Amino acid sequence: MTYDILITGLIIIAQILAVVVPVLISVAFLVYAERKVLALIQLRRGPNIVGPFGILQSFADALKLITKENIIPSGSNKIVFILAPIITMVLSLAGWAVIPFAPGWVVSDINVGIMYLFAVSSLGVYGIIMAGWASNSQYPFLGALRSAAQMVSYEVSIGFVIITVLLCVGSLNLSKIVLAQQTVWFAIPLLPMFIIFFISALAETNRLPFDLPEDESTLVAGFFTEYSSASFVLFFLGEYASMILMSSMTVILFLGGWLPPFDVYPLNVVPGVIWFTVKVIFILFLFIWVRGTFPRYRYDQLMRLGWKVFLPFSLFWVVATSGFLVYFDMLPS
Amino acid sequence: MVLYSLTFYLFSSVAILSALMVISAKNPVHSVLFLILSFVNASGLFVLLGAEFLAMILVVVYVGAVAVLFLFVVMMLDINFIKLREGFLQYLPFGALLGIVLVIELGILFLTDRSSNIYNNQTSLQPIVNEVENTKMIGQILYTEYFYLFQICGIILLVAMIGSITLTLRDKGGVKRQNIDSQNTVDASTAIEKKKVKIGEGI
Repeated sequence: MTYDILITGLIIIAQILAVVVPVLISVAFLVYAERKVLALIQLRRGPNIVGPFGILQSFADALKLITKENIIPSGSNKIVFILAPIITMVLSLAGWAVIPFAPGWVVSDINVGIMYLFAVSSLGVYGIIMAGWASNSQYPFLGALRSAAQMVSYEVSIGFVIITVLLCVGSLNLSKIVLAQQTVWFAIPLLPMFIIFFISALAETNRLPFDLPEDESTLVAGFFTEYSSASFVLFFLGEYASMILMSSMTVILFLGGWLPPFDVYPLNVVPGVIWFTVKVIFILFLFIWVRGTFPRYRYDQLMRLGWKVFLPFSLFWVVATSGFLVYFDMLPS
Repeated sequence: MVLYSLTFYLFSSVAILSALMVISAKNPVHSVLFLILSFVNASGLFVLLGAEFLAMILVVVYVGAVAVLFLFVVMMLDINFIKLREGFLQYLPFGALLGIVLVIELGILFLTDRSSNIYNNQTSLQPIVNEVENTKMIGQILYTEYFYLFQICGIILLVAMIGSITLTLRDKGGVKRQNIDSQNTVDASTAIEKKKVKIGEGI
């Protein structure tokens, strides 16, 4: 009886590690890839000293940051100040519990998988607000306020996009969402929703051109101005891990998850996890490409885009999609 | 089964403790953070009951949206803690009355014979595997049996929304707004004006 619990516990821990460790390693390489791609866009070389082609740069940076002194400002609210980066990090890793990498490759295949992902990504704002408030300093506080307004605004359109996909699937289970795309990926019939989701994902992860919470030219570093050393590393890891999480969410909702583009011979022998990884890398490249290409939005433009463009448009698409499905009797049973 | 009870006691005890901290914490921001913790634990309890859809909705709506705005407001307020404590004795009788009424109600609920009540069926409190997804179950009952009540809820929310917008909307003069359409339709003929300037006079 007790051994059973022990064994189940060990299996669960092994499953968690099997997901979290690759995610953390891919974060390191994502940071490297971002610096390399940005360097190429700007005709520079990028990191090229540590390891062959500078490939170990992120590990060197992480080591440097962790060995530095962790400074806690004397005017700060200490407990909340320390909790904020931990919450950011934990939430960006918690979402991975429901992501199906290949048929059956999922830690927890729950019925409400997409709702869980939506809930976890909407909780991400707490790390930022808590950091901004606990720092007891102007720049972080402004960053936190901007972030709260921004994330609440863009969540609404993300919610409508998810509803549109769910109307076509008839289930909230992520594996079923992927399997529903066997005939055609949702990116094709729902192309406008795909674009809205991608842009909202940029805003939700505070990436350029919507990185107003950390806007270095006006707010120093926004909500993590006062953070140093290991707590800064946690914020950094959290931000990139949630970037990969949002990319996998995009892949699952619109690009057919682990499915090959066409179900023909040379393509369908490639393992699903490789297709999944390739697609996630493609979306991540788009994230970096957008960062290298577009100027930052002004705050009122950001709010206008969220509430006056995306919200009415995605609401219209929800109504149009459901009307189409009902009229042509294509609703999933 | 042991794990199930352990997680139940973990969630419920943390929920009760954080609920206590909500009313006893000195700093209002800490109170809101404890409120969020108790919401999250309540949603954990919903998961244990097998009501996964409700659990996720609780997190998305209350924790993800309502509590964010709550925290937002509390952070911005400059609250005088000493003044806040002054009214304690004044409100004590009313608060105590409310508390006593609640305790009596709970007591009645526990003491009455509930054998005829379908909700008292102990087995229904365990997660049921291989059943219809409870998202589907909620949909099937909400849009058929409770359709009118559901629509009334929608109308109440709409009225509240319009009310709050009319209360806060005020049109101050002199606000500079960006008109995107007029900006995009600008071309050389509308943007540039040619003038003959005489030497030594200016415009």
